[in-house]
Amino acid sequence: MADTGKEQSTTHKIGIYLWIWGLLFVLSFFSYMVDWYNFQGLLRWSLILFFMFLKAGLIMAFFMHLFWERYALVNVLLWPMTAIAGFVCLMFAEGKYTVFSRLFYFFVGG
Amino acid sequence: MPDLNLDKLPEGFKGMSSDIGDDQTAFKGVNWGKAMMWIFLLSDTFVFSCFLVAYMKVRASVVEPWPYPSEVFALEVAGLPVPLLLIAIMTFVLITSSGTMALAVKFGYEKNRKMCGLFVLLTAIGGLTFVGMQAFEWSKLIFHDGVRPWDNPFGAEQFGAFFFMITGFHGTHVSIGVIFLFIFARKVYRGDFDTGRRGYFTTMKSDYVAIEILGLYWHFVDLVWVFIFAFFYLW
Repeated sequence: MADTGKEQSTTHKIGIYLWIWGLLFVLSFFSYMVDWYNFQGLLRWSLILFFMFLKAGLIMAFFMHLFWERYALVNVLLWPMTAIAGFVCLMFAEGKYTVFSRLFYFFVGG
Repeated sequence: MPDLNLDKLPEGFKGMSSDIGDDQTAFKGVNWGKAMMWIFLLSDTFVFSCFLVAYMKVRASVVEPWPYPSEVFALEVAGLPVPLLLIAIMTFVLITSSGTMALAVKFGYEKNRKMCGLFVLLTAIGGLTFVGMQAFEWSKLIFHDGVRPWDNPFGAEQFGAFFFMITGFHGTHVSIGVIFLFIFARKVYRGDFDTGRRGYFTTMKSDYVAIEILGLYWHFVDLVWVFIFAFFYLW
């Protein structure tokens, strides 16, 4: 890491890190409570996803400093992740199709 | 490289198109090591996504019931099973170490050698605790419950294969991170980033941006755990 460029070295107030840290604790506690109170079905899944995305977003935005980065770097990271989300949807549909055909041929016969 | 005043560059998408379109450095104000770490992390994201997508696809298509993680990972406290107790503690330990790492990066920016070194060391100890608890979790599942990659007493056979593959790959990342955290705690304490002492392995001078790069890796490990916790343990 030689001194070739004018690298930005901004420092942020300690408060923002402590706030995010505390929020992550609270959100983790809530997501554990989802299991503790044994929520089931759609409520369970949506709560899990909600807390998961909030935590992931906070970590990426503030702990990994993406909130302060220029769009050239942020977009290099976020668009491939969007593609992964599309892949997840495709494979979810594929999984449903697999279990459908397994059960269908089990009951109807090949 | 000419002097770069980031405040004078356009912001947002306009800034992105001018940053990339000016036939110069695309990632302005970003240390090359940091850019490379981000690209490595993106490729690592693909690897973990492949594991988790494969897990989702299999779990959605098995005909047998999937083992209920809440019961599989329960611990007995005073004779009562507490669901996911160890996993919850592991999650809190990893978040704690992520927070100490964020503070280490902050103190690194300020070139505060002692505090930066202290928080890198605390992060390393947190990571070590996490790996220790994971070793306990694995040995309980393997020796006590008899979970194998091809078989387990709880339900669908694929459970073991995904459990060992996904948590094992994450644990490997944590272990590698812990090794580097200890190495860099020593480097910070010794003042390598103040004196410009050359690295033993790279023979290059470094500065506190190395701590930010290490921090990116460590936060990524925590980030992956957020997804594993949600999809593997809670779902």
